[in-house]
Amino acid sequence: MATNTQIPAADRRVPVIAPGYTFSSIGEKISNIVLSRPVSLGWIVGFVIVFSMMNMLMIALGYLFIKGTGIWGINIPIGWGFAIVNFVWWIGIGHAGTLISAILCLLRQTWRNSINRFAEAMTLFAVACAGIFPLAHTGRPWLAYWLFPYPNTMRYWPNFRSPLVWDVFAVSTYFTISLVFWFVGLIPDFATMRDRAESTLVQRIYGLLAMGWRGSVRHWHRYETAYLLLAGLATPLVLSVHTVVSFDFAVGIVPGWHTTIFPPYFVAGAIYSGFAMVLCLAIPIRAIYGLKDFITERHLETSAKVMLATGLIVAYGYGMEAFMGWYSGSQSDSFLLWNRLHGPYRLSYMALLACNILIPQVLWLRKFRVSTGWLWLISFIVLVGMWLERFIIVVVSLSRDFLNSSWGMYYPTKWDWMTFLGTIGMFLTAMWLFVRILPMISIFELRTLLPESQVHEPAEVKQ
Amino acid sequence: MTDSMKDSSIYGLMAEFDSAQELVDAAHKTHEAGYQKIDAYSPFPIEGLAEAIGFHKNSVPLVVLIGGLIGGISAYALQYWVAVITYPVNVGGRPYHSWPSFIIVTFELTILFGGLSAAVGMLILNGLPMPYHPVFNVPEFAKASDDKFFLVVFSSDPNYDAVRTRAFLNGLAPRMVAEVPS
Repeated sequence: MATNTQIPAADRRVPVIAPGYTFSSIGEKISNIVLSRPVSLGWIVGFVIVFSMMNMLMIALGYLFIKGTGIWGINIPIGWGFAIVNFVWWIGIGHAGTLISAILCLLRQTWRNSINRFAEAMTLFAVACAGIFPLAHTGRPWLAYWLFPYPNTMRYWPNFRSPLVWDVFAVSTYFTISLVFWFVGLIPDFATMRDRAESTLVQRIYGLLAMGWRGSVRHWHRYETAYLLLAGLATPLVLSVHTVVSFDFAVGIVPGWHTTIFPPYFVAGAIYSGFAMVLCLAIPIRAIYGLKDFITERHLETSAKVMLATGLIVAYGYGMEAFMGWYSGSQSDSFLLWNRLHGPYRLSYMALLACNILIPQVLWLRKFRVSTGWLWLISFIVLVGMWLERFIIVVVSLSRDFLNSSWGMYYPTKWDWMTFLGTIGMFLTAMWLFVRILPMISIFELRTLLPESQVHEPAEVKQ
Repeated sequence: MTDSMKDSSIYGLMAEFDSAQELVDAAHKTHEAGYQKIDAYSPFPIEGLAEAIGFHKNSVPLVVLIGGLIGGISAYALQYWVAVITYPVNVGGRPYHSWPSFIIVTFELTILFGGLSAAVGMLILNGLPMPYHPVFNVPEFAKASDDKFFLVVFSSDPNYDAVRTRAFLNGLAPRMVAEVPS
């Protein structure tokens, strides 16, 4: 949020930006990470690791394109497997970025100004990773454009009553709008980078991206309107995306999927895992790049609180699923509950309960919310837990449905694991490049947090 | 004022200020003094500055509304046309015009078109991308994206006069006043 960012005078909490900064020193500190900070050995070693992981993805996908989805562990009855588990997991992670940039913008939460840029980057990279899975899962990804409605010689049209087609529209819109929102937010900062760059080449590149931005008041005026409207449009969008993803399940009749609680429960779970990823990234980045003045204890603590709250909504969802399993009196539903607790995947379910419900309860204590080490560990556990949740939903439900004769087990192959770990590599590779190429904190939005940015209009000239 | 006093090689006069408050005050005074064609530049958006230079017209919301409506209406129309007219699929005698199923794609395309019109509309109305602009000819203007604040009176303003306008701007206590070559 770029306007009306008044900091309450009586706010005794840790400030969102450490004292002593000026407009210039904010720009200098953030842009110098990109413009003048030398590439460290640690960055190179890390990059080699994550880039190798990304290449593992390329190998796994290359072999998949040659052989087909038979190299994965999927088969009837479990036709969805890792591809859908990972798709839902990655999409969910993306949600925190849009929540931070759009919803917190509308709610005028000024603390978001220092984490929205890299949270949005995280969204884009996570959605890009997510998109790979359904694409590869179609089996013939080179024909994926068949999912879009376009006049063709087959005289065929997509079935708009199918949740899978809704998904195509929801996810592609989500990616596009996130990208636009991110880029619009970057334009004034590109101008700052252009004016601070020393070498002509760097100046030209950022100048090209800034498109001649000169900070005219007329431009700012339209810019702020456009940004606010984008936030307003992205807010229902982010809530709709995981709702539509949950329809992929809820519209089906499989036990454990066919429930009305799925949309809100999926959205809460998405924000839960997304904030966990934000913390997993923010904690090391602020330490390595010396950004503790901008990403303060306050940010970590607030994010931890959001995580705790959304985690409780997720816990309510689990409770409701169990309650409905009993209350519905449906044999399939009560069997599903029994199967989760005592079936072959019971260990995953126990781990899920521990990771998502039990362990994060320590966040009620302030000590754990402000200790970076603990917070990082808990966030990581939540990420594992949310992955397990998608595994339970996809695999356990499909493994034992209505007919005993069609029961089966799912065992991921090495190609499944390579694809999954490979997308983590791709995500981290993008992150690795992002922190060195773009200003990872919004410079102009941080400047509006300084008291000097507030103007008092003289009464006599007020119209 | 005669036309001969206007120099087409001059884009305007630029005054530099130290703080957002000074810029807003100066913009108010300049606008009150009768200057119409003025602009102000700052490293971040400043509340009330647009009103200070007398800029009120903002068509971005209208562009977004039109974009969103086009997206929503065309999405619904496409689905109706596909499901009812050109490619009807009979699923156990259920109605072809199954509108609840069409809501999601309609919603998504409303957002998509609305969002794209917000971004593209903002850029086009702002005249961006613009690779060359005269204000960049003033070396000090590089600070406009850092911590300095600028006010420009364009030479196209009917009240513009190289000498008197400069004197007026100097009276606003700026850091400096510079001519902007076009």
